[in-house]
Amino acid sequence: MTAQEVRLCGLLLQEHFGNVVEKVGTHLIRSGVLTLRALAHETKLPLDLVKKSLCVLVQHGMCTFGAGRRGPAGPVEYRINCERVFHMLRYPRYIYTAKSLYGDTGELIVEEILQRGQMTMSSTVKTVADRLTHNMPEGQSMDYSEVVSAFSQLVETHFLQRCPLASAGSSSSGAVDTPLPVATQPTEPESHPDCYKLPYINLTGQGKRRRSSEDGEADQCAAKKARTDDSECGDDRIYWQVNFQRFHLHFRDQAIISAVSCKLDQSSSEIVRTMLRMSEVTTPAHAAFTQALSANEIFRALLSSYNIARPILDQYLSLLVDDPMEFVGKTGDSGGGMYVVNLHRALANLARATLESVVQERFGSRSARIFRLLLRKRHLEQKQVEDFAMIPAKEAKDMLYKLLSENLVQLQEIPKTPDYAPSRTFYLYTVNQLPTARLLLQHSYKTVGNLMERRLYETKENKRLLEKSQRIEAILASLQATGAEAAQLTEVEEMITVPERQQLESLRHHINKLDSSENQVDETIFLLKSYINSTQASR
Amino acid sequence: MAGRGRGQLTFSVEIVGIGKGENLPPSSVQPTPLFPPLAQKPVPLQTGEEAEYMLALKQEFRGAMKTLPFYIRPAAPKKGQFGVKDELCHKHGFAYMVAESPAVPKQPKQPRVDKEEIIRKLETLEQKEEDGSSDEEEGEKKKPEEEEAEGEEGYDEEEFEDETDYIMSYFDNGDEFGGDSDDNIDEAIY
Repeated sequence: MTAQEVRLCGLLLQEHFGNVVEKVGTHLIRSGVLTLRALAHETKLPLDLVKKSLCVLVQHGMCTFGAGRRGPAGPVEYRINCERVFHMLRYPRYIYTAKSLYGDTGELIVEEILQRGQMTMSSTVKTVADRLTHNMPEGQSMDYSEVVSAFSQLVETHFLQRCPLASAGSSSSGAVDTPLPVATQPTEPESHPDCYKLPYINLTGQGKRRRSSEDGEADQCAAKKARTDDSECGDDRIYWQVNFQRFHLHFRDQAIISAVSCKLDQSSSEIVRTMLRMSEVTTPAHAAFTQALSANEIFRALLSSYNIARPILDQYLSLLVDDPMEFVGKTGDSGGGMYVVNLHRALANLARATLESVVQERFGSRSARIFRLLLRKRHLEQKQVEDFAMIPAKEAKDMLYKLLSENLVQLQEIPKTPDYAPSRTFYLYTVNQLPTARLLLQHSYKTVGNLMERRLYETKENKRLLEKSQRIEAILASLQATGAEAAQLTEVEEMITVPERQQLESLRHHINKLDSSENQVDETIFLLKSYINSTQASR
Repeated sequence: MAGRGRGQLTFSVEIVGIGKGENLPPSSVQPTPLFPPLAQKPVPLQTGEEAEYMLALKQEFRGAMKTLPFYIRPAAPKKGQFGVKDELCHKHGFAYMVAESPAVPKQPKQPRVDKEEIIRKLETLEQKEEDGSSDEEEGEKKKPEEEEAEGEEGYDEEEFEDETDYIMSYFDNGDEFGGDSDDNIDEAIY
């Protein structure tokens, strides 16, 4: 764990779960694996708070536990899964994807499960139906069956999966029957055979509309009802979580399709989209390329709305194969030609494009030209760089040193004699894509950390003003609910002075900007991380 | 590799591109500034329906998390200071404790010590009085003596011979009344 990653984890935990969980989490990340007693002792927090924090983290899948170093007889050890904490940055993207694929119902289902970590199917359906009913006009309500069908669709396409079983045996017996899993190997959810099997639940009805006057009673009744209802529905101990890997595969496919449409044109991107859709279920998660598809199959699977004739399809496919980006490759000639999508190569090209874009925006287009040259030609001497890039010697030197000082370009020594004498050694400039990608990934983590800290600072600076505006909004809302006159409303509104209003407006603008920036940096993080993971998987 | 002098570099600088006698930029003697001036203006953020919707989702999510039970706030004021009242405090809230009288500081140790001394003194006095006085009087003396032990070191015998609250001289026994009248019968007796 690098320092920047730990800092970002801490900020994310603090934003979503509060200071206590942040303290427990960062300490656990820094120490690796710890028992409960050691953790409580070192963080100097009361034991019950530490327990609650660990419960929250386990609920959200960010902390795993298992038998420790002393074996099954010793105390249980906990460790934090940092990758899972970073996923919290991407939650809006997951929810938006669910909305684009399965509508508002899908969006709310994914949002509820992300908020609570794990949920049973019946409780999700009820909560989502209630929320949808709340937003519908009077008299209408959302039927449970619609929500159930949206949930089933999400499970069928593997966007939701069952949580791996908790290791403890039945709660009735005192002793733990099954042995605890070793802390270093958490159980994979996919190893469970029923991972994507929907339980049979006995759930009929409609969403209930919550009246604002009965809020307190409704909550109590709902709470009592929920407890009795869950066990009646028949899916008591089956919890569902979001399958992040599936979402990531979807994002990767989206990135490839949009790259093809930018580089070539819309029709070729539709062809690539069809190919990826066909190989969704057959391609394993870390495969380097999809299953081979024949041109005949692709033609049959193409939607008629694209209006691509068979010879046109062949031309497009050969165009895609010849493209230097190498998104699509030809692996055979049977069936009109066997084609695959080169996933790992596509990711590498996307990462390379990201690196080049960063250099271009930071140092100018001529430095970007030198950078691209070095990526392509691997090793070049100083003189060769000047010649190939067609940049005057002095400026080329300046740019090279700037890139060198930022560690984007490295010097490689190649000796002519075994004694490495300086006068008889070649010094070549080079760019290594993988280490540079890692460097940029760390920069991105630092960037997001800086953005979050700045946002917290801005909020803290204007805390008094924000609280005042919230109070006034609450007063206005209550006045409007009880039907006050316009004069009273304007009087309350005038309690905020004009300069204060301007200050609030600029504060909102800043915070929106910082939040959008976080979302955008997260896209870069996703691309670079996918690329780095793909290189590790192929080893 | 051992160089011929401290200022020698391990490689000849011409190869890297710095010519002889060329002006090099001055070496920096301080860390780079915290907010360096940017050479190029950064690209503006993505805008559009998708970006705005995701922004709204992000802010709503953040707000929602603060209301859920997963957001753990640090504990209430320290426990244990007020002993049994902790349970009552949790049942009725902090206001219960405020309604109670403010915490009385512990009694300083000193009167305790005095108390023991006084009790010892009383016991010795008891034993002295055991010789002469009745049991009742002893018992009665002990009680008022113990009551007085907290504040006063001695007690007023004049006040506590019997179990009354009044100074003994308040009551006139009448013993002295008739004593003087034998000498002077001329004066009337009222």
